[in-house]
Amino acid sequence: MSKDIKIKKGLDIQLVGEAEQTVADAPQSRTYVIKPSDFHLVTPKMLLKEGASFKAGEPLFYAKKDESIKFVSPVSGTLTEIKRGAKRVITHLIIEADGTGATVEHSKIDVNSASADAIKERMLESGLWPFIKQRPYDIIASTKTTPDAIFISGHNSAPLAPDYNFSLKGKEAQLQAAITALSKLTSGKVYLGVAKASNSVFNKLSEVEMHTVSGPHPSGNVGTQINKIAPVNKGETVWTITPENLVIIGELFLTGKFNPERIISVSGSEVKAPKYYKTKIGAEVSTFAYSAGIKGDNVRMISGNVLTGNQVSADGHLGYYHNEFVVVPEGDDYELFGWNKPVFNKISSSRALTFSWLFPNKKYDLDTNTNGEHRAFVVTGNYEEVFPLDIYPLQLLKACMVQDLDAMEALGMYEVAPEDFALTEFVCVSKQPHQAIIRKGLDLMHEEIG
Amino acid sequence: MGLKEKLHGIKEDFKGKKMAPAFNALHTFLYTPNETTHNGSHIRAVDDLKRTMNTVIMALVPVLIWGIFNAGYQHYAAVDAANGIIREASLFGNFFTWDNFTMGAITVLPLVIVSYLVGLGVEFVFAVIKGHEVEEGYLVTGMLVPLIVPVDIPLWMLAVAVVFGVVIGKEVFGGTGMNILNPALTIRAFLFFAYPTWMSGDKVWVHGANAVVGTPDAISGETILGAYAQNSSVVYDFADKFFGFIPGSVGETSTFLIILGGLFLMFTKIASWRIIFSAIVGAAVMGLIFNGVVDQGWIAEGSKFYGLMSTPFWEHLIIGGIAFGIVYMATDPVSGAQTNKGKYWYGFLIGFLSIMIRVFNPAYPEGVFLAILLMNVFAPTIDHYVVQANVKKRMKRLKLKTA
Repeated sequence: MSKDIKIKKGLDIQLVGEAEQTVADAPQSRTYVIKPSDFHLVTPKMLLKEGASFKAGEPLFYAKKDESIKFVSPVSGTLTEIKRGAKRVITHLIIEADGTGATVEHSKIDVNSASADAIKERMLESGLWPFIKQRPYDIIASTKTTPDAIFISGHNSAPLAPDYNFSLKGKEAQLQAAITALSKLTSGKVYLGVAKASNSVFNKLSEVEMHTVSGPHPSGNVGTQINKIAPVNKGETVWTITPENLVIIGELFLTGKFNPERIISVSGSEVKAPKYYKTKIGAEVSTFAYSAGIKGDNVRMISGNVLTGNQVSADGHLGYYHNEFVVVPEGDDYELFGWNKPVFNKISSSRALTFSWLFPNKKYDLDTNTNGEHRAFVVTGNYEEVFPLDIYPLQLLKACMVQDLDAMEALGMYEVAPEDFALTEFVCVSKQPHQAIIRKGLDLMHEEIG
Repeated sequence: MGLKEKLHGIKEDFKGKKMAPAFNALHTFLYTPNETTHNGSHIRAVDDLKRTMNTVIMALVPVLIWGIFNAGYQHYAAVDAANGIIREASLFGNFFTWDNFTMGAITVLPLVIVSYLVGLGVEFVFAVIKGHEVEEGYLVTGMLVPLIVPVDIPLWMLAVAVVFGVVIGKEVFGGTGMNILNPALTIRAFLFFAYPTWMSGDKVWVHGANAVVGTPDAISGETILGAYAQNSSVVYDFADKFFGFIPGSVGETSTFLIILGGLFLMFTKIASWRIIFSAIVGAAVMGLIFNGVVDQGWIAEGSKFYGLMSTPFWEHLIIGGIAFGIVYMATDPVSGAQTNKGKYWYGFLIGFLSIMIRVFNPAYPEGVFLAILLMNVFAPTIDHYVVQANVKKRMKRLKLKTA
């Protein structure tokens, strides 16, 4: 059964430097890094000491709050350093790959006949669990609750986003295995939002409820789809998983091996030859960045997409959840009369001497300048234009800022994740950090209520 | 070393010091800052608050220029009238003249200068004391203030009112974005209630009228609303009223230019079309109700309400300050309703109440500023009910699930 979700509110940000649909093998990465900060609110408890050697798929640490959630190494090698930051918080686990490719072998599980408990246990012990995120709070799913539904977005509408139909081509079997397995873990359904395409890798999947989504970004955000299909109520929990992680989950059930391989898109206006690369979670970004070529010196490298990703340095590593790498120009320069002259080369949601409304299909080369200073909330009504959820964004942001838990709950905080506020942040005239505000609000709620 | 690098050096020197916001406020007028995004959205849209406020000012400039010429024109027209000469307005014949401009400029420009100097001075002081950047809110307020006061207001009075309006109307609430009342209207209200003899009556609307009161040269400086309220006949025809060859506050007279400004603001998406549209509807509805009352013969011709009640509903929209108020002040996003649904109600009630106050308060027939201030106070209430509808929907969904 297919139901259509048509999104009208939103904004497609067209950027130059889209990845060409060819895949190259990224050069072998010498080191791999796992950053516990990728796993929000997880305090790592180390299972291995510095200097220990291990196979790919061997647990490195577990979550302090829930020992059963294990985090495994993407490659075989040696743990050379545990870097700590302020208050001795572990910031980086640096793994030197030995290149042998030795992998922990789990027994194969037939997902069609296996019980829910067997599937859950296997996912926990093999390090697949962290791929499952839950709402409320947008954190790694709790092992104690059974989700009311599982949502997967098979449509990526973010600017410069990789095309799933290309990057996941040929992975239908893995996707199906993962979906079958996950469908046993929920009391409800597994929902899958897909864009209309005849050659979609998602078309033949079963045991899911398919919804065709169309419209501008954020139509591909899983939060938008949840809100339109079955919004999260107080007391309910839903899980969200991205398709590239479904592939890893499915592969483990089919082969018994943890294979953190990903086809990521390397894109952005500062990339010489934007295309797709085959690499692994935690790999050095320099392996594919310099293979694709970086144009300028003063650039912003982003692991993840340009609206929600993390800034990485040239010697940084690909994030645990990221399937794209973007390089855009750094915008740390002044602009003469930038606030009042007519603007043709930047995107605007208004028409205040900004002319991007005249060229809906033009592709822009945006830099990281904020185009203005931080201000109090003044303008109203512009967030609503890009925010399709049935939630009042300005009011919810204000509730978060004043830490009013009752108002946050009433206004729909359980339904949102920071990424849902990426576009309102983009258009914000007052240059407020919406995603950070929402993240803080969710953390406060989690601490006080969850 | 270029200007850009020099200023950058000065900015670095000021960093962390008390006067940094003051320097940055001036610096950012020349250059948009070199600030970059951190994690979160790495790219940002081009619009900032300066651009937003600047767009409103651009929409106000034609009105200001017209106000300058009109101040001169009304002065000379009144002088002529006092001498028994009736003038026929003509745009290039006797309106856009050098005499009108110089006379208007020496009366209007001091208002603009005092408004900006005093208001921005207060803003800078507060920014330095509180250590935040100077917010752009006053750029628009400072332009609105001279346009909504009578030409002959003494400058000290204006200065006192601006200080009151910015401090009490805005800074005590936490500055731009936090205020409950529109600061420009707070200033106007302060003037009205603190110096009522100056702000009402018929002698302040035309330059020079007050100075010659009681002398044989006395000139009439009455506004159309004043004339209607006193049931006396109005000497201006439709074109005069629509294009603005009439006495009144500096910026309110030319409905034509205000409409152009309003269209520009709606097109640029700076002003909410919802508020403007529904306010016009609200004013028309109230006007039609009063016209109906007059048609029914419920009110005698001698009644003190008759003059304004019998004014056709469409004429209400082009005389007095209602068009100016709806386009430039009701649309203030901070003090207005903040939800899209709330904006319809907010605008409608502003239009509705403006005409009601205008008709029922003949002593001071300019109701629009009181109507907007009143609705400023009620805007959070309107928003509350709009948001509660969304909250209730969410609760209902939960109940359906658990039931």
